[in-house]
Amino acid sequence: MSLSRREFLKSSAAASAAAAVGMSVPAELEAAAVSAESGWRWDKAACRFCGTGCGIMMATKNGKIVAVKGDPAAPVNRGLNCIKGYFNAKIMYGADRLTQPLLRVDANGKFDKHGKFAPVSWKRAFDEMESHIKYALKKSGPEGVGVFASGQYTVMEGYAAQKMMKAGFRSNAIDPNARHCMASAVVGFYQTFGIDEPAGCYDDIELTDTVVSWGSNMAEMHPILWSRVTDRKLSDPDRVKVVNISTYRHRTSDLADMEIIFTPSSDLAIWNYVAHEIVYNHPEAIDWDFLKKNIVFAASPVNMGYGMRRKGEKSLTPVRPDGSAGKYSAKEMETINHEMVHRVSEAEAPALEPYGYKAGDDMVNKPAGLKHWEITFEEYKKFLAPYTVDYVAEVAKGDPDEDIEEFKKKLKYLASLYIEKGRKVVSFWTMGMNQHTRGTWVNTLSYNVHFMLNKQALPGSGAFSLTGQPSACGTAREVGTFCHRLPADMMVKSPKHRKITEKGWHIPYGTLNPVGNQHIMKIHRDIEDGVVKFAWVNVCNAYQDSASAKHWVKAARTMDNFIVTSDGYPGISAMVSDLVLPSAMIYEKWGAYGNAERRTQHWRQQVLPVGHAMSDTWQWVELSKRFTVNDLWGPYTLRNGKKLADVRAAAEKMGYSKDTTMFEILYANERAKKYKIDMDSFPQKGYDNSECNGDSRNVVGSDGKVFKGYGFMIHQYLFEEYASFGRGHGHDLADFVTYHKVRGLKWPVVDGKETQWRFNVKYDPYAAKAAAKNGRGSTHAFYGTLAKALKQGTLMGMDKKSKKKSLKDKAKIFARPYMQPPEIPDAEYDTWLCTGRVLEHWHSGTMTMRVPELYRAVPEALCYMHPQTAKDKGLKQGDLCWVESRRGKVKAHVETRGRNRPPRSLVFVPWFDEKVFINKVCLDATCPQSKQTDYKKCAVKIYKA
Amino acid sequence: MSENRPENKKKKQPLSDRRKFILGMARSVGLATLGGFVWSAYVDEVTAAELLLRPPGAIKEDDFLKTCIKCGLCVEACPYDTLLLAKPGDHKPLGTPYFVPRDMPCYMCPDIPCVPVCPTGALDESSVTTDGKLDINIADMGLAVVDEESCIAFWGIQCDACYRACPILGEAITIEYQQNKRTGKHAFMKPIVHSDACTGCGLCEKACVTEKPAIHILPREVAMGRAGDYYIKGWDKKDEQRLKNAKEIKTTTELSKRKASDKLNGDLLEGLY
Repeated sequence: MSLSRREFLKSSAAASAAAAVGMSVPAELEAAAVSAESGWRWDKAACRFCGTGCGIMMATKNGKIVAVKGDPAAPVNRGLNCIKGYFNAKIMYGADRLTQPLLRVDANGKFDKHGKFAPVSWKRAFDEMESHIKYALKKSGPEGVGVFASGQYTVMEGYAAQKMMKAGFRSNAIDPNARHCMASAVVGFYQTFGIDEPAGCYDDIELTDTVVSWGSNMAEMHPILWSRVTDRKLSDPDRVKVVNISTYRHRTSDLADMEIIFTPSSDLAIWNYVAHEIVYNHPEAIDWDFLKKNIVFAASPVNMGYGMRRKGEKSLTPVRPDGSAGKYSAKEMETINHEMVHRVSEAEAPALEPYGYKAGDDMVNKPAGLKHWEITFEEYKKFLAPYTVDYVAEVAKGDPDEDIEEFKKKLKYLASLYIEKGRKVVSFWTMGMNQHTRGTWVNTLSYNVHFMLNKQALPGSGAFSLTGQPSACGTAREVGTFCHRLPADMMVKSPKHRKITEKGWHIPYGTLNPVGNQHIMKIHRDIEDGVVKFAWVNVCNAYQDSASAKHWVKAARTMDNFIVTSDGYPGISAMVSDLVLPSAMIYEKWGAYGNAERRTQHWRQQVLPVGHAMSDTWQWVELSKRFTVNDLWGPYTLRNGKKLADVRAAAEKMGYSKDTTMFEILYANERAKKYKIDMDSFPQKGYDNSECNGDSRNVVGSDGKVFKGYGFMIHQYLFEEYASFGRGHGHDLADFVTYHKVRGLKWPVVDGKETQWRFNVKYDPYAAKAAAKNGRGSTHAFYGTLAKALKQGTLMGMDKKSKKKSLKDKAKIFARPYMQPPEIPDAEYDTWLCTGRVLEHWHSGTMTMRVPELYRAVPEALCYMHPQTAKDKGLKQGDLCWVESRRGKVKAHVETRGRNRPPRSLVFVPWFDEKVFINKVCLDATCPQSKQTDYKKCAVKIYKA
Repeated sequence: MSENRPENKKKKQPLSDRRKFILGMARSVGLATLGGFVWSAYVDEVTAAELLLRPPGAIKEDDFLKTCIKCGLCVEACPYDTLLLAKPGDHKPLGTPYFVPRDMPCYMCPDIPCVPVCPTGALDESSVTTDGKLDINIADMGLAVVDEESCIAFWGIQCDACYRACPILGEAITIEYQQNKRTGKHAFMKPIVHSDACTGCGLCEKACVTEKPAIHILPREVAMGRAGDYYIKGWDKKDEQRLKNAKEIKTTTELSKRKASDKLNGDLLEGLY
């Protein structure tokens, strides 16, 4: 493929994108650059790993990827990578790559849940899936078919999966591993702004004076961004301040001017302390003009539980005299019982006093949903009263060996950095604030401080949620592969949104299921309850990455269900499954990812997949051929009694017949076929396209015949149809071809230009339009549309008789108190356990543990602990110890030195290592609003193995 | 599952048969009368010894070779199978203990089990003791050396794998931050080894992600240069300490080797005009 500079610049979108980032794209760096005579080809792609979204170039030789380089033209990384990115060329070529479908069978080749895996054809694999899905639908209806989806899906895969699940099977039980990683940030965005995703962009790093990292080890988890923070610090070391706020010391402290080690969950108290300082001690710092024009104050119920199982659920029945219940031991129930009733602790009491609670009171928890209401500033001020430096230092000081007066000084300095007039501040966070039983709360608290000081959605200032996964934003969130979402911030529960989607998908009104509550932990729990009978793991490792793992593995292996895993490698999920499908990996397919700064990046298929592997898009599309209108669109009654209408007659009126397949309706329809195969022009020319054209491997497909391709450009169709939902609604994406010419664009892309700071009238055309219309004369317009009319009330509750008031174009400051998680260390389980990642490995390690250099560098997960903790437990550096919670135990080697230095009260064990299966130990408590698991806090005991 | 551990980590079980055999063979070679073949190998191997890495507490190489009786007790005591005994064909002084960090580094056990078992003092307990307590952090097995050309951190890649693997990170290896003018918005994070803290354990060499390690351990004598004691850093108060070693200075060069009177009276003058 070649593309002249002239052709390249012809695209105004490309040119303006380059201009927007202040650089020209040199001709020799163009994506299409080819050096045919040298025997290899370079083409652009996105890094496979984290949410930073680095651009890379792949070198292909004889049909294999042989090398990688950082893309010098990529604005995020300008030619650099971290060590995971450095090994992108090696991730697809592990010796144990899955190359053909594998099914558990008995001696006669019949499916047997207790059989051994044996190779089967793709046809046989789809035969089995078809019959088990039909069985699940018959037994449990649409709620019986579940998908563990992914923030690592390409945009097109996620969209293909979502269509078949929600339109085809009418099941909303599709939820991504991004639930474990980003959901609290999302609900924070929805509740605060009415629209998902960050206001700012990475350019904030170069423009800010202050970087405050909250619960984020950026040095290891976002290394390229951290190197930008480092560069900023070096550029003006006296002016630029870096603060690391964490529950243990890690590498991000290296650069920091100040480190605050806090007790797990007390980040809530620290945010409220900063707000208290502003409101009570520095009221002059409040920008009242900004607040009056843009902000309302809000409150919500506090007795909402911890997102665990609730009394009465099938697997918690019966309750026995010994305290055990159903499938849960008495020990486990000690924690789960907090879900129903929580006794207010001494530490929480001052924070809950404005809500009418005192220490020792039993707080009766009720599912609260997302309900909130408007309150006055005076109520908010009353709510903030308890957060004095003395109280917050008392509950927040996380290192028992630190002097409390020193800790108070740190809190004051932190507040002074935020408050200082003219000082720009960016607050970054990742899993520390998201994986939190009050994750939504603490996310919203971050905006409070930035709003009051008018330091949000400005160049160099803002609270900025960093994503963990490469397309948690681009696919999981924007495409909407969550149980409650539809594309472009639409919701399954909204009749209007369902209607828009049904129209866009050309399916009968009433097809879509309005109940979207099967989030990822609910799918696991529904399998354990026997409701979900068919589950499919896509682009994730759901059985390694979910807490309380023993329950889910046991349910999958021992109950009446059929579990399928599509993957490149045999991880724990594959091991747990009944059928394993070989998936094409990232550069073996066309794709697109969206990163944390709203940058959408596309790439072309670089090489053919290994063996008989095929992409997840292909797997979904092939599955759709097995189901007709008559199979799926009849009437259903859901668990809650709600009925899904029989839409078969309506389908016939639309021109479909009873035998029309979902393939014809959802994928190979007339709209799709307009996207032609054109091997003579850009971007298809010269590139493989296994789904559309078949390929030289002649893979025998789902019908037992050689797969010859769909004959139309399905990737472009899926992308353009998806993008059509967001265009004109603040989510505008450029067209498919443009993305193949540029190094990604930050949406909304309006008139060919990307947007750096949303909601800011100066930079965001949508904000400018809204501000012109509302006439408030503000610098900002928070134009998101979700939850933008509220009733009124006080901290104690909503006034039901009050009238809903519109808060169009406004954002919210929430009163949300400090509370503890449901399980805290006690005499027996006396230590906090925190899990997370290490720089060398990606998530569950299925890819990076197969790169010899990365495996050699970090071959196993260690238990990081304070030397004194080791001594107290009779352990030595290098000893093997047990880490045991109420749910399970694992062995790990003791590490008292090195990269992570916890206080005496906490140990850290990363989760990448399938041999140190730490999720057997972790607790599946979630934020009750976002349903995101809290992997950062549970109680364990440590002893010598 | 958690019970499994990577093959290269601490093993508590008795020595494997194969290892016992190798140990036995190496010992017998060290102690037995040596035949012609083995003897000739010994001669070659002694010359290779200067690049060998010895267990913690090893005394100076010359003395070590004289003192070590090749008993293998240190090798048996090592819980990680780090230490090896040189066999015939290893091209190393036969029967002596050594380690190869890229294969298996020293994990720096705080109780240093390999040292107190040494019967001869070839491994000197006092050299790894601070205030009467064993202290592995003062061991000197070698020194890490970075090849800046192949170290990808010096290219701007965010690596630091060696730094994070270092048991005394922040002291033996620190990160030098430097703005990357090439990209204009990133920073180099370069690993810098500090010889006063580095023990030569080799965890960095093991962790290094380049094909051949860009950081590797050399015996300190080989790795380090030495500035003379006749120049003291004017900007470093501590450097004054070196004055203690400063000796009377007497210099000779090709030009100055003759006595002054010999030179003046010699035949050089005629050539000047």
